[in-house]
Amino acid sequence: MTTVVTTPSDQVSSRLRRLYERMSLIREFEERLKRLVESGVPVGAVHYYTGQEAVAAGVCEALEPQDWVASTHRGHGHCIAKGVDVVPMMAELYGKSTGTNRGKGGSMHITDIDKRVLGVNPIVGAGIAHAVGAALSAKLRRTDEVAVAFFGDGAAAIGTLHESLNMASIWTLPLVFVCENNGYAQATPVEYALSNPDVADRASAYRMPGETVDGQDVVAVWEAADAAVRRARGGGGPSLIECKTYRYYGHHQGDDPLRYRTAEEEQAARARDCLAVFRERMVADGPLSADDLDAIDEESRRKLDEAVEFAESSPLPSPDDLYTDVYVDGGA
Amino acid sequence: MTERELNFGQAINEALRQEMRSDPSVILMGEDVAGAAGRAHLGLMDAWGGPLRATRGLIQEFGAERVLDTPISEMGFVGAAVGAAMTGLRPVVEIMFVDLIGVCYDQIVNQAAKMHYMMGGKVELPLVIRTTFGTRGDERSYGGGAAAQHSQTLYAVLAHVPGLKVVVPSTAYNAKGLTIAAIRDNGPVVMLEHKFLGVSARGHVPEEPYVVPLGRCEVVRAGTDVTLVGIGRMTHVCLEAAEILEQDEVSAEVVDVLTLNPLDEETILESVRRTHRLVVVDEDNPAASVGRDIAARAADKAFEYLDAPIKTVTSAETPVPFAAVLEAQYTPRPEDVVEAVREQVGVIA
Repeated sequence: MTTVVTTPSDQVSSRLRRLYERMSLIREFEERLKRLVESGVPVGAVHYYTGQEAVAAGVCEALEPQDWVASTHRGHGHCIAKGVDVVPMMAELYGKSTGTNRGKGGSMHITDIDKRVLGVNPIVGAGIAHAVGAALSAKLRRTDEVAVAFFGDGAAAIGTLHESLNMASIWTLPLVFVCENNGYAQATPVEYALSNPDVADRASAYRMPGETVDGQDVVAVWEAADAAVRRARGGGGPSLIECKTYRYYGHHQGDDPLRYRTAEEEQAARARDCLAVFRERMVADGPLSADDLDAIDEESRRKLDEAVEFAESSPLPSPDDLYTDVYVDGGA
Repeated sequence: MTERELNFGQAINEALRQEMRSDPSVILMGEDVAGAAGRAHLGLMDAWGGPLRATRGLIQEFGAERVLDTPISEMGFVGAAVGAAMTGLRPVVEIMFVDLIGVCYDQIVNQAAKMHYMMGGKVELPLVIRTTFGTRGDERSYGGGAAAQHSQTLYAVLAHVPGLKVVVPSTAYNAKGLTIAAIRDNGPVVMLEHKFLGVSARGHVPEEPYVVPLGRCEVVRAGTDVTLVGIGRMTHVCLEAAEILEQDEVSAEVVDVLTLNPLDEETILESVRRTHRLVVVDEDNPAASVGRDIAARAADKAFEYLDAPIKTVTSAETPVPFAAVLEAQYTPRPEDVVEAVREQVGVIA
């Protein structure tokens, strides 16, 4: 909290408010979605972000609107944290023509390029390379844009990560690699799948700074991301941040995680819930009060009411929409 | 004054140079697109220039940022090109040989081809992927000499994918025009450049930039008795076959496909409706191939015009062999095409 208490108090207060607003909105989005799924609303395959909210919120707080984010299959949180509107997001999950992707993407591709989210991406690791390209583009276009590559511990086993870390380093790209280590690649534990389950240790092999962060502490995540983003924006090159976190539910909506982990482990993780940790700290030390946080939660619920109502009342795509946007129009 | 002639690689080089001059967002990236990266202080640069030397000399005009040598990281740098294309650049990325697409197939097929559709049309992806392919098929020389992992054609696995435009130039003239068209296109285009076109592709190339439109076949020889459809070097094989057939008093029309996807079906069908016979010549392996797809479309949509069964002349259903004599046997030759036509018209050789 040192960085926070040394900056002017109104800035601190508004930053803390934004951090909680984002976490709260992500939590409410996923919890509402889960209830919809369980009540039989067909939303396709979804991967809940619940439990990991501090990572998306903390990292995206360090970004400016012009910065780029490449996401994963578990991407709702990244989109919301980067400013994508939950109303068309929910419509997208319902497969409606008013969705972010006009009903052509669904949960595994949900995005808004205007918010500079390069895509939620269910080919594990693929988005990391897109972030390399965005950072390369930012540098060659002589902008001060920064790119973030979110990836999970599962992607830490795929070759694209190695290639991307290496290229980002040799080209001194304005890129922050953010590993969300939630302990599981689907049902495979990280200590089985990775020779070294501490992904941040790899940074030294690519001659870039690496840092391990408590992914349940949104302020700690923001501080690490802020330092890395500043370094990237200043021409100092890429960094690797590993956030140790936990997903509360299964890999996707149909997965029972108790087939590969224990209830005791889940309870221990939930005891360090990122929203609860933040609330305890605020109630004890301020500047936000319990009433402030309750009001934020209430606004999240209101926003989701609006999102669900919009999704349910929106039209389905028309048969003609199947054939549109296959090829990109224009150019030569 | 004699018309200026260029060979195939020179024409592509000129197209890249002109587009890079006119549009600062165009960049090149790939393995040894320049070569000797980082050695300029020793007086060493531009050591390679790609397998066809199509990118040689460009680093000297545009510098090492826009002519970007990559590590051997096809997944990574093709993926980076996808990301760069979504964020304001127009990357032209080179995969040295088409055989290497296996390494980065996800980025081409799942990412580049589908991003526009998956995002509901809200993102453009002006990306060109250049790669080389093909066999020499000439037992009098050493053949291609590159065997099963550096000689394939493989465009069927690209033309299969909705969203991806796939072009195969056959001459210096259309190579320049298709390269410029591909760079200016706002979506992903894969351009496959045959390694062994040699003098057959050399010809007049205007100096000023011009576009050969994507998505159109070209009738390159008029005829009345049979339509020969060729792709890449096979177009030249078809033209050689047409010369031989002329001695039989068989008049062959030759159609150069140029864009495999989306296919200009109508130009082919229109020719078949006039000639009443079709032979498709494809250097790719025959199973699930572009050649058989063209044959199937003609059977579906022009059956009543056909006077003889459609023939396909393809490479053998084997990997590409090493020995020159086997490689020549593997690859379609003019005499194979002639034989197919003779079967159709009932001429006994």
